[in-house]
Amino acid sequence: MSVLDSKVPEGDIREKWDNHRFNMKLVNPANRRKYNVIVVGTGLAGGSAAATMAEQGYNVKSFCIQDSPRRAHSIAAQGGINAAKNYPNDGDSIWRLFYDTVKGGDYRSREANVYRLAQVSNNIIDQCVAQGVPFAREYGGLLDNRSFGGAQVSRTFYARGQTGQQLLLGAYSAMSRQINKGTIEMFNRREMLELVMVDGRARGIIVRNLVTGEVEKHSADAVLLCTGGYGNVFYLSTNAMNSNVTAAWRCHKQGAYFANPCYTQIHPTCIPVSGGYQSKLTLMSESLRNDGRVWVPKEKGDKRHPNDIPASERDYYLERIYPSFGNLVPRDVASRNAKLMADAGKGVGETGVAVYLDFKSSIERIGEDAVRAKYGNLFQMYEKITDENPYKQPMRIYPAVHYTMGGLWVDYNLQSSIPGLFVLGEANFSDHGANRLGASALMQGLSDGYFVAPYTVANYIGSNASELGSMDTGHEEFTKASRAATERLDELIAKDGKRTVDDFHRELGHIMWDKCGMARNSEGLTQAISEIQTLRSDFEKDVKVSGSKDYKNAELEKAGRVSDFLELGELMCRDALERAESCGGHFREESQTDENEAKRDDENFCHVSAWENKGDVKDAVLHKEELKFENVKLTQRSYK
Amino acid sequence: MGSGQGKNLKLTLKVWRQESAADSGKFESYDLDNVSTDMSFLEMMDVLNEKLVLEGNNPVEFDHDCREGICGMCSMVINGNAHGPERATTTCQLHMRRFKDGDTITIEPFRAKAFPVVKDLVVDRGAFDRVVQAGGYISINTGNAQDANNIPISKVDADEAFNSATCIGCGACVAACPNASASLFTAAKISQFALLPQGQPERVERALNMVGQMDKEGFGGCTNIGACSRACPKEISLENIARMNSEYLCSTVKTKS
Repeated sequence: MSVLDSKVPEGDIREKWDNHRFNMKLVNPANRRKYNVIVVGTGLAGGSAAATMAEQGYNVKSFCIQDSPRRAHSIAAQGGINAAKNYPNDGDSIWRLFYDTVKGGDYRSREANVYRLAQVSNNIIDQCVAQGVPFAREYGGLLDNRSFGGAQVSRTFYARGQTGQQLLLGAYSAMSRQINKGTIEMFNRREMLELVMVDGRARGIIVRNLVTGEVEKHSADAVLLCTGGYGNVFYLSTNAMNSNVTAAWRCHKQGAYFANPCYTQIHPTCIPVSGGYQSKLTLMSESLRNDGRVWVPKEKGDKRHPNDIPASERDYYLERIYPSFGNLVPRDVASRNAKLMADAGKGVGETGVAVYLDFKSSIERIGEDAVRAKYGNLFQMYEKITDENPYKQPMRIYPAVHYTMGGLWVDYNLQSSIPGLFVLGEANFSDHGANRLGASALMQGLSDGYFVAPYTVANYIGSNASELGSMDTGHEEFTKASRAATERLDELIAKDGKRTVDDFHRELGHIMWDKCGMARNSEGLTQAISEIQTLRSDFEKDVKVSGSKDYKNAELEKAGRVSDFLELGELMCRDALERAESCGGHFREESQTDENEAKRDDENFCHVSAWENKGDVKDAVLHKEELKFENVKLTQRSYK
Repeated sequence: MGSGQGKNLKLTLKVWRQESAADSGKFESYDLDNVSTDMSFLEMMDVLNEKLVLEGNNPVEFDHDCREGICGMCSMVINGNAHGPERATTTCQLHMRRFKDGDTITIEPFRAKAFPVVKDLVVDRGAFDRVVQAGGYISINTGNAQDANNIPISKVDADEAFNSATCIGCGACVAACPNASASLFTAAKISQFALLPQGQPERVERALNMVGQMDKEGFGGCTNIGACSRACPKEISLENIARMNSEYLCSTVKTKS
């Protein structure tokens, strides 16, 4: 077991990034056009990185899986984006945003990265406004803020319930400008299947053209992986249907370490599961907890209509247990409490696996129109899916898989353990520790893409200039990687078993949700590992993939992704088993306080677990990065 | 779920099948039982596809991703309506409770010269990207921005710009228009920036270039029918087209003088 070097610069945390920026190598503007940068993914991280690097003068090749870069799943983020502007004058500061994020992450993130994130948060808002992003405003014409979980200040900028859409369209427009100038070459409907390594460096990728089926080779001097999270390993999640781990997993197999795979965020406010045919879960933004009150009936099995249950017979349990933060406790705390209520038989709705989120008091206080102005699109979406009117009766909500804090390990420069491979946004692991606070994902994606990677990638290119430069895709490593990708496609397409890809995916999802979901224990995880191994070998024998690889074939695409999820799932369970403590979203039942809160074990687990692939998942080797907390004191989190 | 009135439907689906852009394509009929009224339309398509795969047939290709009505990936013309019969709703948010037992449902791709069919129900909407690339942005490099609150914008303008900016780029406006015009899409983007102070410096070129590109892509002209706005899942209003026309006219005059 080796110890990983995070390459965090020396000095006071407030000066690290500024000093580092000064010390990093630059590339002469005239030389930049000689270098090629590949950006995989066009969400907030990928879109902003591609646009910014192209503005600086690099040749950028950008890849996305959808038919247009505007469709990446960042678009679905609803609630908002944090920044330490302190416009409401309620005591916010860079330091407070840094502190809240480290605490919210249950002290499992890297301090220096989080501080930098808080530092550049304000630049992000400036940049987006300049691009024409229509954030919500007050009547005086200035920007409006709202509150989010895990903070006692209002620091969240928003655009109705469509903040992600507006920010993504901002990055997309910046990209479009560069595509028009010819500095970004855009490749739509491409899926990355392999990372190409030459002399120990990332030098290109192999992609499948999803329309023609052609396997293509693309070379570069640096590869930026911005491919999002892996929540779809659970089958049901709030992720888009095509979100997957394949690009990251292929890099992992080439030597990139996978860090903290077990850190999964289960979001407390989603529309509950209704039937076996269900394909995805829909989030109801955390911002709703500003005006909605969470409750269950005090009595077990109370089947009355919610409107018929008087206030005295309701348990507003978050307000009761956490009087300081109330309904705005962090996501992991809210989710776990909902599960405790359902497990105690107090769940509501037909299935009993839901709790209420009630807007009645807000509607009485500020009126239905004011509630509609804030959350109209969310209420409408809720009604479409459930056929119930949330203005007239409380929403039913339940936690669902939403975000993955784990991801490929990166150092302070966002470089993975493979030189030349940078990982941005949700695909990396670094900023959110064991629990991400609301409105921080958009902040991190844009921070990495607009303000961090453009500097650190330039530094990599500038420092290794003699070894970089033109790379011919005729190189044997490209041929090898392309052959490996093609062989796997042939292998999958030849499978003529009896079960569909979705059928395997659903079964994997059940195992993960039951045994590696909101609560985990040693026995369940051990079982899950063996169940996933069996499922994986069944998949190889019994899956049926129809059609050919030589044209658009969604079944083949899904088969490749599920095949990688089947390996990742096992690694997640191994990681969860090894981490015999509770922290943030990782709740080990064996490690809890008397009040059922997550109990950390700082003596043994104050580290990042980064896994190195050695072929089979069971042989993965653990490397540790010790986490040092020099600025925020390690304490038991309390939101009471 | 829902009001607890979930039941099962028996349906006949008439689905457009087309191998590739070069192929002529035709309708195929499929019977589907036990379709829960709580399913979304795309979940119904998933059930059909699993059945087709197990029967050894090729599943129906269709575009979809977020299934929350925001990415703009899903398309389809359902019983003659882009995104189906319900107002302000994408196909992925349409639920089977809007259909009746025994219904025959006709499912086709968006049809427009500028949106060639890729396969089955999948079309190529690359023309929209190129319209945006022609000027749907504000030219500001990363790192040049002033403090966000140095640009006060009246709430009325900000809200109106937001309403235009909610366009998801799905292409239903084009599919619904008898002329296959992309006016609503293009107008929404031109409007968003015309309403904001940040959009002023490039206002003239933006209108000229985006409208020019729209015409170049082979979209038809606008004849004020309004089918686009009725089909729009985000209810983008026709006012945007009026604003685009005025922007375009003013820009033509300004560049001539």
